[in-house]
Amino acid sequence: MRKVAIVGAGLTKFVRRALETPKELSFEATKTALDSCGLSLDDIDCVAHGSAPDAFDGIHQKGEYLADGCGGWNKPTMRVYVGGATGVHAVVHGWHHVASGMFDTCLVVCEEKMSNAMPHAQGFFLTIFDAITERALHPNLLWIFALEMNRYMQRYGYTKEDMALAAVNNKKNGLMHPSSQFKDEITVEDVLNSETMAYPVSRLDVSPVSDGAAAVVLAAEPVARRLTDKPVWIEGVGWTLDTAYWATRDLYYPRYLDKAARMAYEMAGIREPDKQINIAEPYDPFDYKALHHMEGLQLSPRGKTVELLRDGHFARDGNLPMCPSGGLLGVGNPIAAAGTMKICELFWQLRGEAGERQVPGDPRLGVAQAWGDLMQVSSVVVTGI
Amino acid sequence: MGILEKITRNVDNRYWNPGVGAFPVKNRYTAGVAGQQFFERLKEDSKIFGTRCKTCETTYVPARLYCERCFERLEEKDWVDVGTEGVIHSFTVVHKTLEGEAKEKPDLIAAIQIADGILIHRLGELDDMEAYIGMKVAAQFKAKADRRGGINDIDYFKPL
Amino acid sequence: MSEKLKVSGGTALSEEDIRSGKIFVTEDSLNCAYAWDTGVAINRYLAELKQGRIIATECRKCKRVMLPPRLFCELCFIPCNTWRHVKDTGTINTFSICHVHWDASRIKEGEDPHLPAVIEIDGASEGMGIMHILGEVEPEKIKIGMKVQAVWKPETERTGSINDIKYFKPL
Ligand SMILES: [Zn+2]
Ligand SMILES: [Zn+2]
Repeated sequence: MRKVAIVGAGLTKFVRRALETPKELSFEATKTALDSCGLSLDDIDCVAHGSAPDAFDGIHQKGEYLADGCGGWNKPTMRVYVGGATGVHAVVHGWHHVASGMFDTCLVVCEEKMSNAMPHAQGFFLTIFDAITERALHPNLLWIFALEMNRYMQRYGYTKEDMALAAVNNKKNGLMHPSSQFKDEITVEDVLNSETMAYPVSRLDVSPVSDGAAAVVLAAEPVARRLTDKPVWIEGVGWTLDTAYWATRDLYYPRYLDKAARMAYEMAGIREPDKQINIAEPYDPFDYKALHHMEGLQLSPRGKTVELLRDGHFARDGNLPMCPSGGLLGVGNPIAAAGTMKICELFWQLRGEAGERQVPGDPRLGVAQAWGDLMQVSSVVVTGI
Repeated sequence: MGILEKITRNVDNRYWNPGVGAFPVKNRYTAGVAGQQFFERLKEDSKIFGTRCKTCETTYVPARLYCERCFERLEEKDWVDVGTEGVIHSFTVVHKTLEGEAKEKPDLIAAIQIADGILIHRLGELDDMEAYIGMKVAAQFKAKADRRGGINDIDYFKPL
Repeated sequence: MSEKLKVSGGTALSEEDIRSGKIFVTEDSLNCAYAWDTGVAINRYLAELKQGRIIATECRKCKRVMLPPRLFCELCFIPCNTWRHVKDTGTINTFSICHVHWDASRIKEGEDPHLPAVIEIDGASEGMGIMHILGEVEPEKIKIGMKVQAVWKPETERTGSINDIKYFKPL
């Protein structure tokens, strides 16, 4: 396998409703990523793109539709889809293209336009439930998150206030992100006082509905070294799917992530992730998921995560900053694009280009993760400089 | 008994149906940055615009934000009025509705080439036996009051 | 590198931009419906529910008694041919009190919240939960670990559906 580096990155703003079409959003992020490393489409060998359900954008075969906006015209182009994990998995997918020796460069592009889904994007998730044994009960998407959050909190004695701390941490970081769709800081009280949607989930425990796109450029080692003196290496990748019988897993621990994380760390030669990793971008569509995933990523002992969060361990200037980008809670959640946004953040942070968000102390190793399908899949990417 | 055997004998199964209307969702699409401007010119000025990429000399119709070949942004200066006439690139005569019922009167649907682009639209003011590939056609716009900023602001294309 | 070079596009619109007609939109609904084949294992599960019983399958290798029943064990990847009746009682593994409908609209004043739960069924292997709803209980009194029992529809009203169990109530 060849060494693969990230050499460029680009984002659109994340907004509630974008004027741009899904293709145009993809173009903006892709063009920005290409410009950032001085490449043109002629320099790109292949395209790996990702987008979550076709239903959001309301375009079936969305991959084919999006391809030309992702620079895929007349090129080997392949879409990846693993629900919410798509944004990080597309990078794993692109890594394969280059690591295999098949291609020297690969564009990775992820896009989501959730505002196309009416009356609300949440409604389109109904069909993820088993049609006969679950959908007959008239569920909604929030049920599974609420059930998982409740189980997680109960298992370790965490409170809603504890979970809200993660929302406050991420939103605060996100205010410094140029793509963020938020303008205001929030407090723990704001989260606790926000509308109860599905106990224990309140409105501010949840990331927003968003439109946006994100792109990174991958290159094989010799090409990467020619393009930049600061390539960000993909040191490890991992992914796992757990059973789709989600109610038969005990939801308090993200088993699907445990194995994916260990796989990525082993490849990266990391033995003590909690000591060696400098920056973590766990997937945080809900505040509790950020903490849940820190445990699955082996970055925090099970049941001790809130204590560490309260001690400032996961703050932007703490020992192990959690979601310095702001994450989905702080920047926005255009599903697939949000995962790739996390990879963009590692790229900028490790190069020392994250502006006012820059994590102090010259971080050298970062991990990004996303989660999806029927709460069962995780993809993990470890990057280093 | 193996799995395959069971499945081939799967004759007593029932269907489970949550009922029509259990999932009443819809999609709402913006025309995009280029599309918004394209439809503004169509609605306000009865004009069809394309965008021309100077690098590869392709004129896209409808106008686009970027050239998919060169991956260059197509800017204000790249907008060109391509006229309201085109040539039938191909056409079809549709006899059935979406539900598969016979139509009272067949629809004539054509791919109409304008500059380097293709518009899919209806044909009007001609019999299905009269249409041919290569035929010159022109856009018939709806009355201004009926235009909504969409592709249906053109009612149909008719023979020149 | 300046922040400007990293971010481009994402032009924010308001609902008013769209409502006023300033920004053009096209709306469409597929208006389609699905009907699902119940499959082999679930067909039997539903037939048993109609009789007021819950049936599971057992894997001869890992010995898991699985709910919902399945034709193959996804862990051992072998066919499952052994059927076992389990009880209609169980334990709440987790629950929610939900004030939101499937389309994100809110439940109305006076309407009861939905009470979904994962219930580990007695007689199935540990951790084998099914999703169902709770009833005959004050939402604030629900606890993880609470013992519950199925409340069945009258036999004449059962159709061979997961809804033949109306809900689970505290024992
Ligand atoms: Zn061109
Ligand atoms: Zn087994």
